[in-house]
Amino acid sequence: MNLNEYKGVYVFIEQKSREIQNVSLELLGRGRGLADTLEEELVAVFLGDGIEDQCQDLISYGADRVIYVDSPKLDRYLTEPYAQALDAVSKFEKPNIILIGATSTGRDLAPRVSARLSTGLTADCTSLEISEEKELLMTRPAFGGNLMATIICPDHRPQMSSVRPGVMQKLAVDTNRTGEIIEFGVNFDDSKFKVRFIEEVKEAKQLVKIEDATVLVSGGRGVGTAENFKNLEKLADNIGATVSTSRAMVDAGIMSHDRQVGQTGKTVRPDIYFALGISGAIQHIAGMEESEYIIAINKDKGAPIFNTADLGIVGDVNKILPLLNNEISKLTQKKA
Amino acid sequence: MGDFMNIVVCIKQVPDTTEIRLDPIKGTLIRDGVPSIINPDDKAGLEEALKLKDLHGAHITAITMGPPQAEQVLKEAFAMGVDKGILLTDRKFAGADSLATSNALAGALKKLDFDVVITGRQAIDGDTAQVGPQLAEHLGLPQMSYVKEMSIVGENLVRVKRGVEDGYQVLEAETPCVLTILSEANNPRYMSVSKIIEAVREKKIEVWDTSMIDIDLEVLGLAGSPTKVKKSFTKGAKTAGKIHEVTSQEAVTIIVDKLKENFII
Repeated sequence: MNLNEYKGVYVFIEQKSREIQNVSLELLGRGRGLADTLEEELVAVFLGDGIEDQCQDLISYGADRVIYVDSPKLDRYLTEPYAQALDAVSKFEKPNIILIGATSTGRDLAPRVSARLSTGLTADCTSLEISEEKELLMTRPAFGGNLMATIICPDHRPQMSSVRPGVMQKLAVDTNRTGEIIEFGVNFDDSKFKVRFIEEVKEAKQLVKIEDATVLVSGGRGVGTAENFKNLEKLADNIGATVSTSRAMVDAGIMSHDRQVGQTGKTVRPDIYFALGISGAIQHIAGMEESEYIIAINKDKGAPIFNTADLGIVGDVNKILPLLNNEISKLTQKKA
Repeated sequence: MGDFMNIVVCIKQVPDTTEIRLDPIKGTLIRDGVPSIINPDDKAGLEEALKLKDLHGAHITAITMGPPQAEQVLKEAFAMGVDKGILLTDRKFAGADSLATSNALAGALKKLDFDVVITGRQAIDGDTAQVGPQLAEHLGLPQMSYVKEMSIVGENLVRVKRGVEDGYQVLEAETPCVLTILSEANNPRYMSVSKIIEAVREKKIEVWDTSMIDIDLEVLGLAGSPTKVKKSFTKGAKTAGKIHEVTSQEAVTIIVDKLKENFII
């Protein structure tokens, strides 16, 4: 394999019902930095049905070039048609790097394509950098978040990496950016389409998107009961925040999984993160440490959360919250 | 499908990562005394296979790749009710990343008859979720990943609920196919010690090395792994902020001031 033939940072653009997913825009944001460092181009690979008029948006978010495959066979995600399309684009274009969102789609597609291309794939990266040797340094947690490992893919191309939603940051939209938009034709082998889609069912309880909140009020074991969580909901209402939680409260059945922050939940980076009665297990820290400002309340002065917090209060969250809610209610009423 | 469905379940022995602690001073992992377990998603995969066996009858083979002591997870699989165990062990398998691991498993599966291959979605020591789909690709079979419910709905037809962010998809594929199972799919059954004794006595665990599988040695182990670990490290704690030990009312004042500073209120 002649590694020098492989050029460019390529981002797989995921859409659902023709809506471009945020994680793909975030990857364009990070991909822009990588492409600039390498002095190579940033290419968006956009697969779907009836998606042509959205290609310009991808340029506004940082792509130099958009390659789109438009086919009814790509209407909704199924492994084989998507794998064939991404494989065909990769074999033709010879990318240096391919970035894919670590969603239920990306984590199904990326390994399938990596095996088809006989190349390496590193899942759920939390940091992507370029080394002095121009290699992609892919850093990810392992052992349940206890250890970080930096992975390289020295002798194979493309270097493939997946990144979870909320980890990278998208660029500000620039509608003045210009770039090239190219349609790519794929000769699909329908005989390999062996999985049949029957239906998709949306479950309403999954609709909370804590990763989009600018302020999160997060409660853990120290909050303890559903009754006490009402104090958190009130605080969240008062300040326009969203309630999130730790694994302990999800396991206890008090909170739903879609609100869980951490290694097995979601990665968040709000402007303000309240860690209330959360001790700060390493798995939880992994999901929230990038928050801009962290306020922790915990009874235990030795709780690890205080090592990550910007502001720490040693005290009983269930005593402090009602007082805090009163105080904030007074202040906001005065303003109104 | 013959009289009986043949199911192969791929399982992995992993350290129970919830038991791993960090040495707060050295910043290193404390691995001593951490128990080894069947990876939880894989155990759910075993349970799905056993449920099919209960319903329709099936012959279940559990396969694991690892050092000789990984035999333990096969014994546990017997204790749950599988019919056959294969331990893939050879120094040439060592140091494998997900692609090299999937190559080894594919080489072994090519030597077996199967209708359905089940893997866990991901292993708790790596969390990559890659081996299942990569294995499916090497075998040229359809995959259905993130399965939280599965059933046989007709001759040669498997139907699943595939978990996605905002709900689930219902998918169908003909056998042979590869499924990756979520641990939330079921509650694995208890183990029966007498079944372990029977397995050991009847030598139901086969040990396979690289000579017994259908694979090119170059794609195995460390040498066959495109990804390499450049370095590993524990996360340095960020500089701690200010910690206040004050009355509840004083705490309220401090927080309110901070929220005002940030224009939240």
